[in-house]
Amino acid sequence: MSGQSAATLRKQPAAPPPTERILSWGRYPKIAHQHVHKPAWNDQVPEILQAATPASLLPYGLGRSYGDSCLNAGRELIDCRRLNRILGFDESTGLLRSESGLSFSDIVDVFLPKGWFLPVTPGTRFVTVGGAIANDVHGKNHHCAGTFGAHVRQIALHRSNDGLVICNFTENSDMLRATIGGLGLTGVIAWADIQLKPVAGPWINAESIPFQSLKTFLDLSRESNDRFEYTVAWLDCFAGKNPRGIFFRGNHAADHGKEFHPRRGPKLPFALPEWMLNRYSVKAFNTAYYRIHAARKGAAVVPYDSFFYPLDSIRQWNLLYGRRGFLQYQCVIPETNVEAFEELLDRIARSGMGSFLGVLKQFGSAPPAGMLSFPRPGLTLALDFAMRGERTLKLMQSLDEVVQQSGGALYPAKDARMSSALFEASFPRWRGFVPYIDPKMSSSFWRRVTGGQ
Amino acid sequence: MTMTMAVNAHSTTALPAAAATSAMKKVIILGATSGIALEVQRQLACQGRELLLVARSPQRLAELQADLAIRGAQQVLTYSADLASVQQHAAVFEFVRRNFPDFDTVLLAYGSMHDQKDSETSVDVLLEELQVNFVSATAILTWFAADLERRHTGCLAAITSVAGDRGRSSNYIYGSAKGALSLFLQGLRSRLHPAGVRVITIKPGPVQTAMTDHMPNSARFADPERVARDIVRALERRSPDVLYTPKIWRYVMTAVRQIPETIFKRLSF
Repeated sequence: MSGQSAATLRKQPAAPPPTERILSWGRYPKIAHQHVHKPAWNDQVPEILQAATPASLLPYGLGRSYGDSCLNAGRELIDCRRLNRILGFDESTGLLRSESGLSFSDIVDVFLPKGWFLPVTPGTRFVTVGGAIANDVHGKNHHCAGTFGAHVRQIALHRSNDGLVICNFTENSDMLRATIGGLGLTGVIAWADIQLKPVAGPWINAESIPFQSLKTFLDLSRESNDRFEYTVAWLDCFAGKNPRGIFFRGNHAADHGKEFHPRRGPKLPFALPEWMLNRYSVKAFNTAYYRIHAARKGAAVVPYDSFFYPLDSIRQWNLLYGRRGFLQYQCVIPETNVEAFEELLDRIARSGMGSFLGVLKQFGSAPPAGMLSFPRPGLTLALDFAMRGERTLKLMQSLDEVVQQSGGALYPAKDARMSSALFEASFPRWRGFVPYIDPKMSSSFWRRVTGGQ
Repeated sequence: MTMTMAVNAHSTTALPAAAATSAMKKVIILGATSGIALEVQRQLACQGRELLLVARSPQRLAELQADLAIRGAQQVLTYSADLASVQQHAAVFEFVRRNFPDFDTVLLAYGSMHDQKDSETSVDVLLEELQVNFVSATAILTWFAADLERRHTGCLAAITSVAGDRGRSSNYIYGSAKGALSLFLQGLRSRLHPAGVRVITIKPGPVQTAMTDHMPNSARFADPERVARDIVRALERRSPDVLYTPKIWRYVMTAVRQIPETIFKRLSF
């Protein structure tokens, strides 16, 4: 009655409405979109797909992809955030049916009190179910649980040419594998069935252990992966070949009894001036961070949000990197190639351009859930680089050489600049994915790395 | 390194304690698929209230029903009707009488906003705008007012708009319908006061919903979640009589109302 009748009866305004500024999490690149659709109901999506011209649309969620994989320069986005309803939940099995715009934050708020948790979660709770599937996200439990896509049982996909398509392990299973990790290019997910995981409560038995070389990290990781569901390390990337860092590991705690209410933290109100973030301030931060955690080493029972989502406690932390934004570099390098990994760390340390958020994790050997899934056996490293123009891009190119020679790969969700050659090397079978792309879909990332439409 | 941070600490989870202290238990939402109603319902569901949702689309109502029940609503009933059509009101009320007779709160949340230019050039559009926002709204509220007055309890709330506080060239048709509804509520409030029934006039500023997506600068409009929080608080406390949300609009509109007409008519906004 309200919005709907107004929307259908309203004449199209003569001039197109001014475009909303949509940025990805890295705030780079800064590009304009022609239009942003904001469907509030699944029944509005087919209309949008029908009316669109070929290769003009891309679904968009909470914009936590770092580069341009969630952007569609000069074309249109379908903002799915209003499609955030929970359509069904089986209390006995933990199977959740949700629309694509539902956030992980909402899932945790609603289902953790009922004793269920996300099967896999990235380092932020502000992602949507659709985004998590499209990027086949991983978390600290990759070594035992695989990626998020491994817990998707069924999806319904709006396709511009064949309506609502149900995809599961028996029906359209190849379309399911294409959509998991498919960067939103296969269509708009109407709903997905996700298998949640039973947990005793919101508490984690966590341990932090300082380490001072890559070898110690590997020993710690191998030794912990059998006994701990969650493992990850923070790395001081200024330390070069023998990096120091803190190894975090944890398990869900048996019910700890205490009530727990997460609080919303402070928010960065605007982009910090760029001079505040320099090699000295970041080095000082890293040293302080290392010392504090090294001094506090040991075991503790901590709430889930500080264990899984430490950065969410500062909203809009991406503004830390200043007006020009930042780039994230996440690669995976085969474990057999530790020298390549050391070379990578060496180049970063010598550049003096690293930042505080170095994250290191040993992936497990689970088979990929999607055709274009990024995780594969090896060591994955994620680093932020403040965007400072050409020299930042040059450094990243020199890291590309190491990754490509080592037989490694880069993560599309974090990328804004990889070459077609490196994409080809990272995903040698991407051409097999192309037939599953919806003819109305495209993205800035996809056009950049494949040269396609 | 020093950082300037705007601290805004509040719990993101709804406190079930609020439900216990408030008389609000059974809430009827008229226009349940409207942008603001969606957020209000979600917050009421988290508090474990019982809800009856009225809107046109049975499909959308079914989706809402599932969502709100899983989020914690104790009961979610739905009824599909076109509230703009006054002829359907008797059936709506009959459904309420049979299935939700002891409701205590009614929130009227539907409305329509056509392009002002269309309402200026087409009398049909103008009349529809008045029909939806004023005529049908007062008609359906009359049914519920009589019932609550008889039972000496409850709360009637309706979403009007700051646009109803002063006629402006850019949206006086929507504004006059909403302003007339505000006047109606004002009178109704006095009438129901002796019976102990509260009437709340809710005047939001521009809010980011499907209704306003086409407007310039809609990205800067108020967050519907925040507006809904103000509304839920007003329903719980049954005050104030007139709620401006976000609060700044109370002061803005107080100032706007002071501008002499001879000056105001020259302003084009």
